[in-house]
Amino acid sequence: MSIGTIQIEKKHTVPLKNKILNPIVFVLIGLVFSSVLIIAVGFNPIAVYSKMLSYSFLNLRGINGSIKAGLPLMLCGLSVSIAFKMNLNNIGAEGQYAMGAILGGAFALFGPELPMPLRIMVMFLLCAIGGGLWAVIAAALKAFWNVNETIVTLMQNYIALLFLDYLCYGPWMAKKQTTAISEAIPKEMYLPNIGNSGISTGILVALGIAILLYIFLKYTTAGYQIEVIRNSRRSAEYAGINVKKYILIVLTISGAIAGLAGFVQITGIVHRVQAQLPGGSGYTGIVIAYLSRFNPIAVIIVSILLGGLENSCAAVQLMGVPSQIATMLQGSIMISVIAGEFFNHYKVSFNRNTVISQNKTEGVAQ
Amino acid sequence: MEKTILLEMKGITKRFGKTLANDNVNLRLYKGEIHALLGENGAGKSTLMNILLGIYKPNSGEIFYKGKKVSIKSPKDAAELGIGMVHQHFELIPTLSVAENIFLSMGRGDFILNRAKMEETIRRFSDKFGLAVDPGAKVWQLSVGEQQRVEIMKLLCRDCEIMILDEPSAVLTPQESREMFKTLRKMADDGKTVIFISHKMNEVMEHSDRITVLKGGRVEDEMPAGDATVERLTKAVVGSRTLSKTVRKTTKENAHVLLEVEHLHVRNDKGLDALKDVSFSLRSGEIFAIAGVAGNGQRELAEALAGLRKVASGKIMMNRRDITKMNAKQRISMGISFIPEDRLKMGLIPGMNMKQNAILKKFTEPEFSRFGFLRSKPIKAVTERFIETHDIKNGGMDLPVSMMSGGNQQKLLVAREIHCEPALVIAAYPVRGLDIGAAEAINNILMEQRNRGACVLLISEELDEIFEMSDRVAVLCDGKLMGIRNTSETDYEEIGRLMSGEPA
Repeated sequence: MSIGTIQIEKKHTVPLKNKILNPIVFVLIGLVFSSVLIIAVGFNPIAVYSKMLSYSFLNLRGINGSIKAGLPLMLCGLSVSIAFKMNLNNIGAEGQYAMGAILGGAFALFGPELPMPLRIMVMFLLCAIGGGLWAVIAAALKAFWNVNETIVTLMQNYIALLFLDYLCYGPWMAKKQTTAISEAIPKEMYLPNIGNSGISTGILVALGIAILLYIFLKYTTAGYQIEVIRNSRRSAEYAGINVKKYILIVLTISGAIAGLAGFVQITGIVHRVQAQLPGGSGYTGIVIAYLSRFNPIAVIIVSILLGGLENSCAAVQLMGVPSQIATMLQGSIMISVIAGEFFNHYKVSFNRNTVISQNKTEGVAQ
Repeated sequence: MEKTILLEMKGITKRFGKTLANDNVNLRLYKGEIHALLGENGAGKSTLMNILLGIYKPNSGEIFYKGKKVSIKSPKDAAELGIGMVHQHFELIPTLSVAENIFLSMGRGDFILNRAKMEETIRRFSDKFGLAVDPGAKVWQLSVGEQQRVEIMKLLCRDCEIMILDEPSAVLTPQESREMFKTLRKMADDGKTVIFISHKMNEVMEHSDRITVLKGGRVEDEMPAGDATVERLTKAVVGSRTLSKTVRKTTKENAHVLLEVEHLHVRNDKGLDALKDVSFSLRSGEIFAIAGVAGNGQRELAEALAGLRKVASGKIMMNRRDITKMNAKQRISMGISFIPEDRLKMGLIPGMNMKQNAILKKFTEPEFSRFGFLRSKPIKAVTERFIETHDIKNGGMDLPVSMMSGGNQQKLLVAREIHCEPALVIAAYPVRGLDIGAAEAINNILMEQRNRGACVLLISEELDEIFEMSDRVAVLCDGKLMGIRNTSETDYEEIGRLMSGEPA
């Protein structure tokens, strides 16, 4: 009569081998699933997949493209990571990115012509301030009135994106343009590439922030306090840690990093301000943060991989695969990797003979 | 009287991973007896009972019920055989009435509750066994003692023949537990078989017919209660381990007043008054105990003193300085240490390692951090010092403390709290849930603090512990301070009366 039960147990440690092997297995599962779709629209999945791989990862140009597409994702991923490190569900990287782009973009387009290194530095700061100040609203509401930051940051996204739309369709729209895009920023503010590699120096911004964040979280007393708050807010209060202060600090830093995505994108790649500039990077940042387990260095790598996935899905459209299928392909790979993460942290076992086990471990060992 | 064997557990072995929780345990229950299961925490008492209830499946061993071999696969099987248990944490639905809760537990197919019949049954058992329970009352209105009676009533209404009670006296005042044991005796006389789990030797000797002592998963001793002596039981429970007690020093005459609490009012999490007009003063070099059944304002008192809970009105003075408005951080620097009651929710961070937990209150001090960066060497050194001085067993300094045993967790917490030589140590149930060895170690540390000249505010519900440790004792009941006594000039009887709210 027993149907058998499924037991789920949390693993304490994950071997490195599993950490690497697990996503590969689940990418394959995602590919197998997508093959059905690809066959259904009349293409050979093997041909499609090999095209994707060769386009994005098997040559220098492809890798360059992946890094380029991954650049804003890196900063959004880092932004989300630090917030989630303290259990703050900042899903507003998208809006903070937009606000950073607006403030920095306004300076680049209409600001005073300061001498050069200063000019780009001011823009850098303004992008960070734009994103940071936008996040302060949610931070203050959370810290002082315990308003749910998830909802506030989400709503702020709509405001910021629509404000950006308004500017690009309205006052900022370039003359002789039919798309919602501003004039180009001054040439001297273009971020140079590293040597002749074709990779924007914006990557140095992302790398630098990743390393700083890593050190900040791991070796400073502030990082220690963030870790304490994440694990147990009550114990943090017990130890006299000012939790409110840290909510303000961490969410502001998070917003500032997202705002810098606007900086690298405008100065490094687009060279203009345009409507829908973030284009979902802020949300992809959440996925990246999760897949990297909030480790800043891992964020960089995962971002490049997801950037490449995005590019290669665009590439298969050149083969005639409908864009909707390409997007579904991207979606199913991401879903299966995220779902696969579960198995890195939980052990699932099936019991044929039912024993009702309580979900508690007994204090047997002294 | 002819004794018939009702149930026998033979050769029960249960493993959890590498730990042997029950090792070839034999247990024999006679019809109509009260059987005590004695042992330290982790001795395997609860595991054995959970096997009897079908919650765990043993790795090997057999169970015979009324002479027939049975296999108990689930609590439902156990219920059908007539085996039921009153857990330490009651399983009642607060918004429903007593009758409704009992009806639910019977798990019958009846769609409609026949209230009149149900209440009739409850009243019958009430009268027969002296179980005062009002079937119409809502559970949330009941005291802990009354809720326990409802749990016992549930088993009676299910016609249970074997009733297991997990530390039934832990939540009761001495008077209430005497009543409870009277009820158990009446049920045994009526032919029911009662097993109760306990770690208190006195009540085991006084109230049971036979005693089984478990130690390290094995049956260490088994005897009729008449043959039991404190020496024999102690030897069986703790083995040959000797426990050293810290010698108490006499209080210095010139001990100064350290802390004064004046007309303190504090609210609980629900916004209700938890402390009502509480006033007392603490002197250095004494252990001041707060007695009372848990949930009568102890937690709120401890948190208010530690600066973790807002004071509604009243004053807290330390060394004649008003500290009522000071936050937790300022009070830590004033020399107030706090050992909270639920160490894994507050006090320790289960997911972080020993080093990270060891510096929780001192990470900003120059010893442990410089220019905002943590200094790993001194942090490691202080953790090692804690481990050595207090004999903390651990699997490594980098493992999360959640993987250590309760006793070692508490030692780490206490080591950290006394490291800075505090003026006041607030200790809320510091030995609750610990085995005897760890409990002794913690008590010794607290006594050393007292002898050093610190004041220890000891919150406890164990009168044995209070009488052994404290210089003065105050009793909290329903948020009010019922009285303060010199421990040497009072007795269990008087404190028990104060605990139940009777005016002195």
